[in-house]
Amino acid sequence: MARVTAGLTSSHIPALGAAIQTGTSRNEYWGPVFDGYDWVKEYEKTAKPDVVILVYNDHASAFDMNIIPTFAIGCAERFKPADEGWGPRPVPDVIGHPDLAWHIAQCLILEEFDMTIMNQMDVDHGCTVPLSMIFGEPGEWPCKVIPLPVNVVTYPPPSGNRCYKLGQAIRRAVESFPEDLNVQVWGTGGMSHQLQGPRAGLINRDFDEKFIEALINDPETLRHMPHIEYLREAGSEGIELVMWLIMRGALGPKVKELYRFYHIPASNTALGVLALEPAG
Amino acid sequence: MSDDPKDIDVHEYLAAFDDIPGTRVFTAKRARQGYHLNQFAMSLMQAENRERFKANERAYLDEWPITEAAKLAVLARDYNAMIDEGGNVYFLSKLFSTDGKSFQFAAGSMTGMSQEEYAQMMINGGRSPEGVRSIKANRAAAGAADSKGSY
Repeated sequence: MARVTAGLTSSHIPALGAAIQTGTSRNEYWGPVFDGYDWVKEYEKTAKPDVVILVYNDHASAFDMNIIPTFAIGCAERFKPADEGWGPRPVPDVIGHPDLAWHIAQCLILEEFDMTIMNQMDVDHGCTVPLSMIFGEPGEWPCKVIPLPVNVVTYPPPSGNRCYKLGQAIRRAVESFPEDLNVQVWGTGGMSHQLQGPRAGLINRDFDEKFIEALINDPETLRHMPHIEYLREAGSEGIELVMWLIMRGALGPKVKELYRFYHIPASNTALGVLALEPAG
Repeated sequence: MSDDPKDIDVHEYLAAFDDIPGTRVFTAKRARQGYHLNQFAMSLMQAENRERFKANERAYLDEWPITEAAKLAVLARDYNAMIDEGGNVYFLSKLFSTDGKSFQFAAGSMTGMSQEEYAQMMINGGRSPEGVRSIKANRAAAGAADSKGSY
């Protein structure tokens, strides 16, 4: 039987990819960020997931203004890195797990989540930067990846509660897959940041720290936080944090915290890395 | 706060967004207004379109049914003005990527600060949320301060 063995969170900002590409990842500015990922990199070497369900948001790459799925799931054999205006990121293709992805899609639809199924999709920095941060620069990614894009760009995005419930349903779907697979769920994006308007540059350490605490220990309260609170407190793009609730929902009621890293700034953002395991 | 989604009033939900200082939330209204501007930006994901745009920006823009104000905003790289025209920063990122500029460059350009000042603000911990949570709360605070001063 497949099982969800861990949940990670990661930033997915393009500047991290650029730092790798330009060889500046251990300089004075980026060094502390990449150092903060070293623990997770080591952890993954022993955790060895077979499949990562990677929750992220597409940044106007696979989806333009013509198609805006709230929740989509990548069911293809492979996904190419998107050309986001500066050429595709020079990283390996993302290799999917169509059997598991289709299984999850079917289960989620039967649980009344109206998933959009993607049989062809390019993946942007939202998906590939976390892979680079956690797996480094291998010739091919060490596991299969099921990309799960969430709309957090055009309002309204899904509620935190809906995201949490989706995570719960993903766990049930994974556990009903007959093959013995070690599956992780990653929630990416965040933490507090705003990329637009005169309020750009907003960072809220106090909010972010409370968010992490609640995510770990009190998701039942956190899942009901309304969008306006994310926007006011964590900035307009801080809404990405709802995606972390999908990861959290997939881990069950209690979790064990293995690792926590928080850093300001990563370009325009506060960055949070968590490693959690289900604890009953 | 209600646990029942049926209790959410969409008008109140949307109106609250207009209370956040210096922020334009990408609502359906803005998504409709900016449809063609954002699709123009999307077109720059293709190398051949980037080349045509760079060769003659105005001519390329004239192929799109977008407002003159939006075209001028693009030509001036005025990102606040583009967002006022319904642009969204993730779509507009194709434009500043075409220019070889980063998200930090674009975000900083919207604050009225120089690039150096903006980068330094981020290194110093970013913009504090204090005083930029709510226009109404700011007005109320200002009003309270005024009435206090009049005594």
